[in-house]
Amino acid sequence: MAVTVPVAVPIDVAPWRLSGVVYGTLLNHRSAVAALGAAVNAPPYQAPPRAPVLYVKPRNTLTPAGASVVIPAGVPEVEVGACLGLVIGRSACRVSEAQALEYLAGYLIVNDVSVPHLPYYRPSIRHKARDGFCPLGPRVTARAALADPDALTIRVHVDGELRQEASTAELVRPVARLLADVTEFMTLAPGDVLAVGAAAPAPRVRAGQRVSIEIDGLGVLTNTFAGAGS
Amino acid sequence: MMRARVAYAGTLHGAEPAQLADGRSGVRLADGRVLAEEEVVWLPPFEAGTIIALGLNYAAHARELALQAQEEPLVFLKGPGALLGHRGTTRRPAGVKFMHYECELAVVIGRSARSVRRGEALQHVAGYCIANDYAIRDYLENWYRPNLRAKNRDGATVLGPWLVDAADVPDPGNLGLRTFVNGRLTQQGNTRDLISDVPALIEYLSSFMTLAAGDVILTGTPEGVSNVEAGDEVACEIDGLGRLLNTLVGDDAFGIA
Repeated sequence: MAVTVPVAVPIDVAPWRLSGVVYGTLLNHRSAVAALGAAVNAPPYQAPPRAPVLYVKPRNTLTPAGASVVIPAGVPEVEVGACLGLVIGRSACRVSEAQALEYLAGYLIVNDVSVPHLPYYRPSIRHKARDGFCPLGPRVTARAALADPDALTIRVHVDGELRQEASTAELVRPVARLLADVTEFMTLAPGDVLAVGAAAPAPRVRAGQRVSIEIDGLGVLTNTFAGAGS
Repeated sequence: MMRARVAYAGTLHGAEPAQLADGRSGVRLADGRVLAEEEVVWLPPFEAGTIIALGLNYAAHARELALQAQEEPLVFLKGPGALLGHRGTTRRPAGVKFMHYECELAVVIGRSARSVRRGEALQHVAGYCIANDYAIRDYLENWYRPNLRAKNRDGATVLGPWLVDAADVPDPGNLGLRTFVNGRLTQQGNTRDLISDVPALIEYLSSFMTLAAGDVILTGTPEGVSNVEAGDEVACEIDGLGRLLNTLVGDDAFGIA
C-alpha cells in the first residue's frame, strides 16, 4: 500500500526534507501560562504542567505559505498560534541542553491554528486537527543563519494591522531546554518540526482575513482564511 | 492475505506466513526464502501516516478507570517514533509504578476519506492489525490528556505482526482480544463492546479531518490492564490477526544509569 506524501509544501525540498511530522507545545510562553492565572492550580488541572505538554499537528493540517485556510462551518473565528518552529536535522534522543541546538537543521514559522477551546484538560482534536490548520514556511532558515533562537521577535499582522508582538525570550522552556525535555521520552527524527509554543492572547481571525506572521530572520508566513462555503 | 515487513540479511522484505519443514511457524519472504519468525526483524507491517488513538472506547474499561460518559469519541494523536514491530523490546523506565499494555484493534486506512458516512466507511479500510499501546500512568498530567510523555514514548506502540486485508476480516465488530503476560491471561474483550465501532470512528474522524491511505486508528482497549515489569513478555492476540509479542526491558538496555 502506497503512503501518500504529506500535502506538498514548497519548502519541502532537499536538503531540508520535512518528514511531515509536526508537534506543538502547549503553555510554553509565559504569557500563555499567565493568562490562565490561578486556574492552573484548580480543577480539572490541579497543578501546573511539569513535563512539556505536546500535541501532534497531523499531516492533513499541513499547508504552505500563501494557501487559503478554511474555517469550518459553525466556527465564527479561529486562533492564530504564531510559533517558532524547530526543524530537526539529525535523530535527537535524550539530547543534553548544552548540545541540543546541534541537532537542528534550522527554523521556520508555524501558524498553529486552533478553534478556540477551554479547558485544556482533554480537548477534542477537532480544535487543532482540521485540514489546513497548520500553515508553515515560508522556507527553512539554516540554523547557522540565526544567532540566538531565544531572542526573536514574533509579530502577527491581521489585514495589515499589528495584533500581537511577542518574543521567544519569554519561553518557559527556552529552545535548548525544550529539546532536552522532549527528547527525554520521544526521539525526534530528521525533518520533524517542533513548534515551541505561542504567546497569549492569541489573535482571532474570521473568514476573509489575511494573517502574516513575521519572525526576525525567518521571513513572513502569510495565509488567508476563508469560509467553508467559499 | 496477511502481509508483514521484515528485515533480513541486509535489506527489507515483504513477507507472508509460512510453515517451516519442522512444523514451526515462520515467514516466506517475497524472494522465496522461508525463515523462522525469530530469524527476522519485524517492522510495523505498513508505513504509518497519522496515528490516531482512542481512549476509553470500551465501557467496562472506562468504568475501570472511573471515568464518566463522553460527549464524543476521546481521540488523541501519536508520532511515528512510538511505533515498534513484533518481537521488539520496549523500555520500562526505572522507578515508575504503573506501566500497562493495551491490546487494541488497529484499523489501517486504504483510501482517502472525507465526510464518509457510516454505511460506506469500511470501503476505506485497507486492513487490520494488532496494536499494543503502552501507557505509563505515573507520567499522566491533566493538560491535553493523555499527554505524550505518558502515551507517546519511543517504542511503546507495538504494531503487527501482520497487516490482514480487510477482505479477510468480514466483521471487525466481532473480534475477541486477549493479552497474556508471561503466558497468563490478563485481559480479555471483544470488539462488539466498542462504544464507537469502526464505521462510527471513520465517520466521526472524517467529518472534520481528511484520512489518507496509511493512517491508522487504534480503537481502544478493553478492561484488564495491569502493571508489567522489565523482563515480562506480553502477547496480544486478536481473532484472525495473529499474536503480537513484546518484551519489556529496563533502563540498562538503553545505557541509562
